[in-house]
Order: sequence, then structure tokens, then C-alpha cells
Amino acid sequence: MADPIHQFQIQKVIDLPDVTLPVFGHTDLAITNSHIAMTVAFVAIVLFLQFVTSGAKIVPGKLQAAGESLFDMIDGVTDSIIGHDGRKYFPFVFTLFLLVLAMNLLGMFLSFTATSQLAVTVTFAALTILLVIGVGFIKNGLGFFKLFWPTSAPLVLRPVVGAIEFLSFLLRPVTLALRLFGNMLGGHVALKIFAGFVVALGAGAFVGDGLGLWGLPIAALSMSMVVALTALEFLVAFLQAFVFAVLASIYLNDVVNLGEGH
Amino acid sequence: MEAEAAKYIGAGLATLGMIGSAIGVGNIFANFLNGALRNPSAAGSQVGNLFVGAALAEALGILAFVLGILILNS
Repeated sequence: MADPIHQFQIQKVIDLPDVTLPVFGHTDLAITNSHIAMTVAFVAIVLFLQFVTSGAKIVPGKLQAAGESLFDMIDGVTDSIIGHDGRKYFPFVFTLFLLVLAMNLLGMFLSFTATSQLAVTVTFAALTILLVIGVGFIKNGLGFFKLFWPTSAPLVLRPVVGAIEFLSFLLRPVTLALRLFGNMLGGHVALKIFAGFVVALGAGAFVGDGLGLWGLPIAALSMSMVVALTALEFLVAFLQAFVFAVLASIYLNDVVNLGEGH
Repeated sequence: MEAEAAKYIGAGLATLGMIGSAIGVGNIFANFLNGALRNPSAAGSQVGNLFVGAALAEALGILAFVLGILILNS
């Protein structure tokens, strides 16, 4: 059967000469399939938003309505979670959302999913958590550490709760990165395995090995499973991008509105 | 037992952690439906919370999956 992990391998499409950078040392430069998937996602977003906003009307057409509903959704998320200051962080959250969404959706059409690479999701998570820490220190100064000193808890328990809060804060970028990575990896592996059943059992029925003719109903069952899983994967692709945006807003809210009803 | 065989058994055992996440996600959606049918007018505004809760519970199952992959490829 086909190897389900093979689809996540990074392959060089165009090899560029290696360079030696001052900090990173010897670097292998090449245009890989991961690079192409990310560039296609980026270009698709820019073109989509360009088409949406060019010739904008008061009564939106179909395309403009699609773009506006995406914009509205994330605007609602940042506004309802972060509150008054939500608009300030909207561009960051919207950019993250669109990029993750475009990469997830393109993974359903191309042969490569950029968000199934741990390096990509870790970069997104690191960006988010570094922004959270940066905003926390700029807005609150050393008061940022009040995040780990929950005043609503009894004094005796406060160090314990604070330690747990600190641990959960450290785990945030890890789960943020692993959730997206695991969902995309797991979904595509499951798709590939069921698709592999279709080919292996269907071919086995005609050549006469494997389960023989009994393979045909199982192959048909696997085929319907692939169709159902594909529909589920489209839902997951959207949902994970949305969840990423919501969680980024929640983490930002913790430091933006520090000490207010926390 | 050969080390190779133990590795596959370990990877299989690691995926058992997904049971917990499945129970959690099932609980969240069941309780959401429970509440939504009692007060449908308030249900729409809680869909965002529903998915965040589901994603948080699911992440722990994903950790088990990642651990299984790590063991398999170690």
C-alpha cells in the first residue's frame, strides 16, 4: 500500500545555490513544494481581497458578500473577545486566519499541505505568543506578572494556582502549534489510508489476489468513507483556522485587559 | 520480544489517549445540544464557545496522536 506519510515529504522543485549566512550558517536554498504551497496561498489571498475590494458597492455582489462575511466574522471575534481595543489587533488575527485558512484549503486541492509541517505551525504559534508577551510588557510593564497572581483565589492557594497558570501559559504555544499540525496531519493520513484501501482491494479483485471478489464491496465502502472524510476535512480546515484566530484573540485579551475581571 | 515489535505496540497504546478526548468532545456537543434545545434563542451566540471548547478538548487527543507518531518514528 502507498505510504501515508510520503505526502508530507518536502521535495526540491528548483534547486538554488547554497549560501552561507552570518547567523544561521550554511543554508540550503531551494524552491520546495512547501514554498510553492505557501506562495500560492499568499497570492490567492491577495488576489481574492483585491477582487473583493475593487469596485466595492453599497449593495454587495456575491464575491464582495463572501469577503465581507469573512471580515465580519473575525471582526466579531476580536470585538467580542478583546472588547474595546479589539480593532487594534484585528489586522494580526485576520492575517493569521486568512493564511491558515488558505493553506488548509489549498491542501485539499494540491498534493501538499503547508500547515501539516510542524515548522509552519510553530512559526505561527511563536508569532502569536511573542506578540502576547510583547503587548503584555508594553501595556502593563512588570504588571504583566499579575497574570500569574490570580487575586480572585484565596491567599493560601494563590502560589499553587499561579504555578498552574504559569504552566498553562507555557503550554499555550505548544498546544496552539500541535493542534493545527496534528489535525491536518491526522486528517490527510486518514484520507490516504482509506484511498489506499480502494486501490489495493479494487485492484486485488481483478488480479485475483488479496480478498478476491470480496474486496469489491470493501473497496466501495472505503470509497464512500473517502467522500465523507473529504467533506469532514473541509470543515476541519475552516474550523482549525477559526479556532486559531479565536485562541489568538483569547490570549491577547488576557494581556490587553489584564486585571479587569480576570 | 523484539524492540521493533514493542515499538509498534507502544505506538498503538499511545493512541488510546484519544478515548479521553473523544469522550470530552462528545460531552461538549451533547451538552450544547441539551442547552440549545432548551433555549434556542441563546444558542446562536454560543457556537464560537462551542468550537473553542471542542478544539481545546481535541488538542489533548492530538497530543496522543503526535506521541504515537513520535514513538513510531523514533
